[in-house]
Amino acid sequence: MRDVLLAILLLPSIAHAGKDYVQVPAGTYRSALKYEEVKDDTRVAAFELMKTPVTNAEFLEFVRAHPEWQRDRIATVYAEKANYLSHWSAPLELGMAAKPQQPVTQVSWFAASAYCEAQHARLPLWAEWEYVAAADATRRDARNDPAWRESILGWYAKPSTTPVAEVGQSPANAYGVQDLHGLIWEWTEDFASMLVTGDDRSQSDANRLKFCGAGSLVTQDRENFAVLMRVAMLSSLEAANSTSNLGFRCARSLTDGGSP
Amino acid sequence: MKRLLLALMLAMPAVAVAGLPLPPDSVLQQDGVFTDQSGKVFHLAERRGHVQIVSMFYTSCKYTCPLMIDSGLGIEHALSPTQRDALRILLVSFDQQRDTPVVLQALAVKRHLDTQRWTLARADDGSVRKLAALLGVRYRKLGDGDFNHTSGLILLDAEGRILAKTDQIGPLPDPKFLAAVQTALHQPVSMTHR
Repeated sequence: MRDVLLAILLLPSIAHAGKDYVQVPAGTYRSALKYEEVKDDTRVAAFELMKTPVTNAEFLEFVRAHPEWQRDRIATVYAEKANYLSHWSAPLELGMAAKPQQPVTQVSWFAASAYCEAQHARLPLWAEWEYVAAADATRRDARNDPAWRESILGWYAKPSTTPVAEVGQSPANAYGVQDLHGLIWEWTEDFASMLVTGDDRSQSDANRLKFCGAGSLVTQDRENFAVLMRVAMLSSLEAANSTSNLGFRCARSLTDGGSP
Repeated sequence: MKRLLLALMLAMPAVAVAGLPLPPDSVLQQDGVFTDQSGKVFHLAERRGHVQIVSMFYTSCKYTCPLMIDSGLGIEHALSPTQRDALRILLVSFDQQRDTPVVLQALAVKRHLDTQRWTLARADDGSVRKLAALLGVRYRKLGDGDFNHTSGLILLDAEGRILAKTDQIGPLPDPKFLAAVQTALHQPVSMTHR
């Protein structure tokens, strides 16, 4: 009897263990963003990243366990009620418009953060996301390859009314991570740290007074439109916003006790 | 016993208010753990019951951050003594490494801040990030340990709902923001929930 109980108790953790994380080794890369005080390449510590974005089915499991994140109960400071999970048919039902294996969208940064915290994880930092997203199927940094850039840009040209595909359909990149391009936009933990305003992406003196200290942002790789569009989009958001093609995946640090 | 409890509850309306859930649009719902200049640990929900001005800063900032304190002092100066007594001011640091309670206390002393009304606080990185997100403050840690951040003052009602914001900082208060503070201080503590 005790064994059965134990087995039942262990079940949820087994279910979560099903979500694959990929280990990403430490390294340096040249970010497409340049902050005026940063002279060197960006260093990324070893971490783990979910192989695919969080799905509707997985997020449904989360809101069942944490009712305060259901769309009918969520605090209005944490999400815009009109949008948050609005494509689900009911607070605890996906319905026809949200397939279980599609990435969850219409989630605010607060909700995405809470999901990751419940998995003892966090959202990835922008630098972590950009670092892993620089890879194609065989190279860790394929960004100088015009053909690869073109293939990524193809997605951005598609109308956003096209239904979002299911996760895990695209080939894994050199790290073993999927769907970084061509599926959805993704939240990062520090999306609000880019300090870019929508109509002035080079953030000239006009904006300087608004900020304390140095560290304005310019882009040093103007050809990398795919990344620049992500940055412009993320920096235009507030943490309670959600959109029909913005989702997330979680990350775990390997150095500060966040390892499994 | 029951009657005694009831009597206690009626005698202390603040306790009764604290027993109700915070309204859904209250930023005081953020459940991070904060530490003030005296080393006392608190949750934002404990700050319910007073109109307050909240801002984010860090003590080693040379230019803008002293102005944040000037801003708070400027507003206090423009208020009547009764209004001043009713207002609370909370400054939360981005810099959990360097802004220890000792450093925060030293700043409070240096700037002659009345800690009955002023709270200088720090928190873990996650709580700071969430509070900043709730307030609409953007910041980024620089390589040298400094921070680049938007600066402004946010006025909360006694239930923690955002009433007004201003980007104008310094000893001379933004007139619109000051008017909002004075209006808020004239409202009785709201117990209505949306």
